[in-house]
Amino acid sequence: MSTRLAHTGRLLTKARQIAFTFNGKHLTGFEGDTLASALLANDQMLVGRSFKYHRPRGIIASGAEEPNALVGLGTGASFEPNQRATTTALFDGLAAASQNHWPSLDFDVGAINNRLARFFPAGFYYKTFMAPRAAWKHLFEPIVRHSAGLGKAPRDRDADTYEHFYAFTDVLVIGGGVAGLQAALAAGRAGAQVLLLEQTPHYGGRAPVDGGKINDLPVDKFVEQIVAELETMPNVTLRLRCMGAGVYDHGYVLGYEQLSDHTPGIPGPRHRLWKIRAKQVITATGAIERPLSFAGNDVPGVMLAASVRDYAVNYGVSVGDRTVVVTNNDDAYRTAITLKTLGLEVPVILDARTKGGGDLMVQARALGVRVETGKGIAKVLGTKRVTGVAICTQAGEGAVLEEIACDAVAMSGGWSPVVHLWSHCGGKLIWDAAQAMFRPDVDKAPTGASGEAFVLAAGTANGALSLGAVLSDADAAGKAAATATGHKPKSDSAPQGETPAEALIEPVWMMPQGAGVKLRMKSWLDFQNDVKVSDVQLAAQEGYESVEHTKRYTTLGMATDQGKLSNINGLATLARALNADIPAVGTTTFRPPYTPISMGAIAGEARGEIFQPLRRSPMHAWHEENGAYWEPVGHWRRPYCYPRSGETHADAVAREVNQTRASLGLLDASTLGKIIVKGPDAGRFLDMLYTNMMSTLAVGKCRYGLMCSENGFLSDDGVVARIDDDTWLCHTTTGGADRIHAHMEEWLQTEWWDWQVYTANVTEQYAQIAVVGPNGRKLLEKLGGMDVSRETLPFMTWADGALAGIGCRIYRISFSGELSYEIAVPASQGRALWDKLLAAGQEFGITPYGTEALHVMRAEKGFIMIGDETDGTVIPQDLGLNWAISKKKSDYLGKRAQERSHMADPNRWKLVGLETVDGSVLPDGAYAVAEGVNDNGQKATQGRVTSTYHSPTLGKGIAMGLVLHGPDRMGEVLDFPRIDGSVAQARIVDPVFFDKDGEKQNV
Amino acid sequence: MSDAVSALDGATYDGLVRLEDLGLRGMITLRGDLASVALKNAATGVAGVDMPAQRRANTVGERGLLWMSPDELLVLVPHAEADQATRTMQATLAGTHFLTENLSDARAMLRITGTPTAVREVMAKLTPVDLSPDAFGPGDVRRTRLAQVAAAFWMPDHNTFCIICFRSVASYVFDLLKAAAAPGSAVGYFDQS
Repeated sequence: MSTRLAHTGRLLTKARQIAFTFNGKHLTGFEGDTLASALLANDQMLVGRSFKYHRPRGIIASGAEEPNALVGLGTGASFEPNQRATTTALFDGLAAASQNHWPSLDFDVGAINNRLARFFPAGFYYKTFMAPRAAWKHLFEPIVRHSAGLGKAPRDRDADTYEHFYAFTDVLVIGGGVAGLQAALAAGRAGAQVLLLEQTPHYGGRAPVDGGKINDLPVDKFVEQIVAELETMPNVTLRLRCMGAGVYDHGYVLGYEQLSDHTPGIPGPRHRLWKIRAKQVITATGAIERPLSFAGNDVPGVMLAASVRDYAVNYGVSVGDRTVVVTNNDDAYRTAITLKTLGLEVPVILDARTKGGGDLMVQARALGVRVETGKGIAKVLGTKRVTGVAICTQAGEGAVLEEIACDAVAMSGGWSPVVHLWSHCGGKLIWDAAQAMFRPDVDKAPTGASGEAFVLAAGTANGALSLGAVLSDADAAGKAAATATGHKPKSDSAPQGETPAEALIEPVWMMPQGAGVKLRMKSWLDFQNDVKVSDVQLAAQEGYESVEHTKRYTTLGMATDQGKLSNINGLATLARALNADIPAVGTTTFRPPYTPISMGAIAGEARGEIFQPLRRSPMHAWHEENGAYWEPVGHWRRPYCYPRSGETHADAVAREVNQTRASLGLLDASTLGKIIVKGPDAGRFLDMLYTNMMSTLAVGKCRYGLMCSENGFLSDDGVVARIDDDTWLCHTTTGGADRIHAHMEEWLQTEWWDWQVYTANVTEQYAQIAVVGPNGRKLLEKLGGMDVSRETLPFMTWADGALAGIGCRIYRISFSGELSYEIAVPASQGRALWDKLLAAGQEFGITPYGTEALHVMRAEKGFIMIGDETDGTVIPQDLGLNWAISKKKSDYLGKRAQERSHMADPNRWKLVGLETVDGSVLPDGAYAVAEGVNDNGQKATQGRVTSTYHSPTLGKGIAMGLVLHGPDRMGEVLDFPRIDGSVAQARIVDPVFFDKDGEKQNV
Repeated sequence: MSDAVSALDGATYDGLVRLEDLGLRGMITLRGDLASVALKNAATGVAGVDMPAQRRANTVGERGLLWMSPDELLVLVPHAEADQATRTMQATLAGTHFLTENLSDARAMLRITGTPTAVREVMAKLTPVDLSPDAFGPGDVRRTRLAQVAAAFWMPDHNTFCIICFRSVASYVFDLLKAAAAPGSAVGYFDQS
């Protein structure tokens, strides 16, 4: 029975009772409890089922390392799976549910896997792949799928908010135990800016529980004092409930702050992700106790020895009335002494070391506790909870000497420094054989940009175990970090810590050391992923010598706890099986985050309306109000069409095209890129960028141009206008605006840095409105202010002036084949001009049209579209654009590439028009098939569709495509198989379907 | 010009700080040799403030000069004066190699005001710039990003950040700042400094 003790609980406020539920059962705890301590106080020993064998599992630890006590927390929009009960603060109304059980926690059908355990050894999953296919489908897959996974994925949208915060500091201290506090103080006193993160709600770490004295004060008094001093220092910031999650290059560290998990419902973000740049990082992250590998070490009631002590001291919870302590080091004696002092029974301390421990063993014996040295646990008795232990000699094979009744077991296999954050960015480890631990190799720290070490480990995280050593190590680390950031530390000495003298640990990787296979199959290494000593040994036997391979084969350390308890025991087991030294086997890679962080914290503010920037043109609101169906174009939203009630999108597009061709259309073309290129060398520069000549363009004139990459592929197109003697304005595609501007700057800054050219991306300065259709001129004349006649403003020219009192520049350019004016006005007046055009255009039935009508009209005219006719592998020559490639220029970007043999190959597919025989619309991207098969045995092809539409103007399907020798095969009919197996037939025709001579646009 | 509207049309929000659209402002890009006397004269002539040093902003009311890059300034004037100011600089610089464009409408200008701590914290949620008082203060300017978009900002005084972004993303930036200034989200990081 676990229960609440009357007189302890240093972290509790017992006056405040808190109600919560577990699997629907109403329970109570106190303010200050974790969910784990409250569950134990209510004798809820069984908290979950294991991943693979569905074995009953209880709480094993008291902190971030807990592998078993994972629960689903909350409901609906606040539901979150896989939350550790040991780090979840209790709050009123908390609702938790255990995971991975069916139909109930107490009675679980999946536990049959446990009895079949010998059929689910290491690598079971991979071995199933080698079985016959049918076995996978009907036998293994259903089992694996049913067994896999811990928590359920949330179904509702997260109700909470999250945010990021950028912070910069000289010294970042991760961990607010006595080491972190002392390091922060030493660095802070030297004048450095210090930020300290502590993942729990309390400072001091585990030192107040472990006892001893600092400067003759009890540890908790020292912690109070040092925190009080730090809080008065203006250069020091302390944050509780904020975990150092990951250390990255250049002193970049992520902190994960849990703001309202313990007080849900208060205003503000739930989590905050700190993005920290620190000049020096001190990892004072403490250590994690290791379990011992004996049979039944996963039975509820078997716990880490220090955690048993934590529950008793911090939360006033006794895990059992009779607790057997089993250890290979002195620290676990503290648990026995604590329990005994609280009036609980400790029937025996089993010390695997033949010589036993130091002063603490003497103290325990003086309290009347029986101590057996050279002994261990043969097996734990009980299934859903501990009922006793069978004792054996550690040196033997597990012959039972005696059975002792107990309801809890406190085990300690020694301590592993938390080296995760040290290791994230490349810090190396050394094996400390005397202390049986990997600890940071101070000579191989993570290094910054100039090769300097930027991470220091301090205290227990650095392998210092006694209080005195911890404090002097941390003090030195704080001073070193201050020095490294240009501050002068004080020459004061570190506080003095006093603790009893301890005997050395003796590594115990299996208990008893000669345990037979039956015991090894019940000795757990990884509790969350159900990996046993026998599994790792099997992996070794099957040839998995690398620790990384063994990890993946057995899943050791791959669960949400990332092997915090299991990794060292697992690799030591592997080393033994391989007859290799532990350092020769090494550790797996420590990767951030230290413990899982929420998806919400990673996303930060980026959700809902601000998930992504949405770019709005000056006429965006009008489009929205008038029912535009949107098409995303980069981050812009452009109207695809404006369907009226009862209209399909196809109807709307047809109406928009017909009305534009017949009378008058209006297009928001503001998103098109506009780049000013100016300077004495601007003409020369543009001649290099475009395939045709731009330097010869006369002021006042426009010219269509093509831009290629260095490899010759067509990259962008648009109309260039010559503004004045040394200024050009280059239109780009909507998606090309930023890309082409960057392309220009790159060439100017890296290759032609000595050319006198400046560029400016002026895309957003202008609202650009295309007035398109035979009545376009009448409309502009009606608004008045400029001579827009054919004579004054002919096709492919531009002019400055004012329309209806709004200053503008009009380009006579056309992407539709109609009489067309593109009017650029300052963005702030775009909506005003749009409204005036609409009002004045009523008599002509003016019709705003969207991107699809634009596409249809350009296709009717045989104009190419970047991204449809081009895909990064197409050169202008493929598209029959030779007329836009200057023969006179000695060079332009792409010229040399286009002369390569494959580019000049006459067998490259070339652009043609395609007209279906039956008038239907060809499927987009369809291939024209040819006789025979290719090298891969697939049907040979001889062309493909690049754009395809229904043309309302012509009343039939039209398309463009790239076809082998296409322009030489006019009139031939090609077969285009459809996905449904039928075949569309299309005739090769000229790509210009409408107004071949351009009479409509040139009026 | 009475039809001219800014992207945010005077929107405001009150949270941890006060957030406001500053409406139409004159913003002229000037590229050239920042060391040349002609360019300095052209810029200071229309802006009426001294030439700023690297990463500095000199502003008085709606006028000012922001250092944007080693060969670029942003010239601030009232919106109605921007066209004339652009022509004046063009005339002053005629015959030299430069570029100046009136880009007032390509951008939006916003402002947050509040306590020195609050304005810094709201910004520090969105921009990867060291905003501690020792590293950034009145007169400094940064050309950087706010969350996912480009932005520039400067502090006219300890209680104020002025922010420039592209016009098309003005709503996004307004909503970002609104989220960052939501009640209950104070960080308390700059309190002590």
